[in-house]
Amino acid sequence: MSIWDKLFGSSNNRSSKQIAHDRLKVVLIHDRANVSPDVMEHIKNDIIEVISHYMDIDKNAMEIALENDADSVALVANIPVNNMRHDAGVRRR
Amino acid sequence: MGEVIVITSGKGGVGKSTTTASLGVGLAMRGKKVALIDTDTGLRNLDILLGLERRIVYTLVDVAQKRVNYGQALVRHKKYSNLFLLPTSQVADKTAIEPEQMKQLVDTMRNEFDFILIDCPAGIEQGFQTAVIGADWAVVVTIPEVSAVRDADKIIGRLQAVNKDIKLIVNRIDPQMVKAGTMLDMTSIDDILSLPCIGQIPDDREVINASNQGIPIIEWSNTAAGRAYNDVVGRICGEDIPFKPFETEGFFARLKHVFGH
Ligand SMILES: Nc1ncnc2c1ncn2[C@@H]1O[C@H](COP(=O)(O)OP(=O)(O)OP(=O)(O)O)[C@@H](O)[C@H]1O
Ligand SMILES: [Mg+2]
Repeated sequence: MSIWDKLFGSSNNRSSKQIAHDRLKVVLIHDRANVSPDVMEHIKNDIIEVISHYMDIDKNAMEIALENDADSVALVANIPVNNMRHDAGVRRR
Repeated sequence: MGEVIVITSGKGGVGKSTTTASLGVGLAMRGKKVALIDTDTGLRNLDILLGLERRIVYTLVDVAQKRVNYGQALVRHKKYSNLFLLPTSQVADKTAIEPEQMKQLVDTMRNEFDFILIDCPAGIEQGFQTAVIGADWAVVVTIPEVSAVRDADKIIGRLQAVNKDIKLIVNRIDPQMVKAGTMLDMTSIDDILSLPCIGQIPDDREVINASNQGIPIIEWSNTAAGRAYNDVVGRICGEDIPFKPFETEGFFARLKHVFGH
């Protein structure tokens, strides 16, 4: 976003080049994630491993997904927490 | 040992065959011995673009199925005697050639040629597999449109999965539109696909004028597209050629024409 857009909070006068660029970025993140569904599964397992050091989580109910608005993508995780570990405050390793 | 390059895109009609023909002529003009292989079986075009459509006797399908040697199917270019076309069949379909046959053929031919350029069909089916399998690296051609860049990205994923190096050519750039902010430029496409770019070719009406006559645009060295292709050939040969900004036909460009620069 240009300084101009930031100052005036407008996205209507973004150039079509800029719009094309932003749309492409978003669509390619989804395309690439879909081409290898394994990747999402690996990410999920890695997150479970890290969080489990601190919390007791419901692994089966956990969900991760890519969500986006017009020009950005976020990795959104929904992780139900069953319990907090007593030793969570102890720094690991 | 020759270098084998596949020219591919995903999306159809973005300029693969036009690019193959011009790069072939450009490399031949630099004294390289070059073979161009059309793998768009059933929809052959490269013969037309090179003005060789009336000289075809045997095709890639005959060669792949071992009815003739590749030498019998090669058509020599009329003007550049070190440039050859291996045309494909207009009647068979893409299943007529197995990827493995293509790989064997290319590996035999590389003993004779400095460069082998393979013109790939659109799409990601068997024709793509066949075109790509024997190549050392790939040129991905795209145009500055969201749909074409998206398809290019898909092809890039496939190519990276089989460990091919990839270089990008952005074709049909309209300098005026880029200037006005209404078209993606090379830098933004580069940024999205994160690949090295070896060419930005302007949209140029002379491309059609030349191809009407069976002349690859690179032969017309005074055209914008011809000059851009010539730079690509230099880069393929390892020369360090900087990207020049396009001349938009503004006041100063016209002034330069007037004063003969
Ligand atoms: N730089 C350019 N300026 C103007 N016209 C161009 C340019 N490049 C290609 N064209 C035109 O675009 C059309 C498609 O080009 P070409 O046949 O090379 O594409 P292709 O990718 O090989 O298509 P296909 O997927 O059908 O094999 C042709 O009419 C060609 O003349
Ligand atoms: Mg073609």
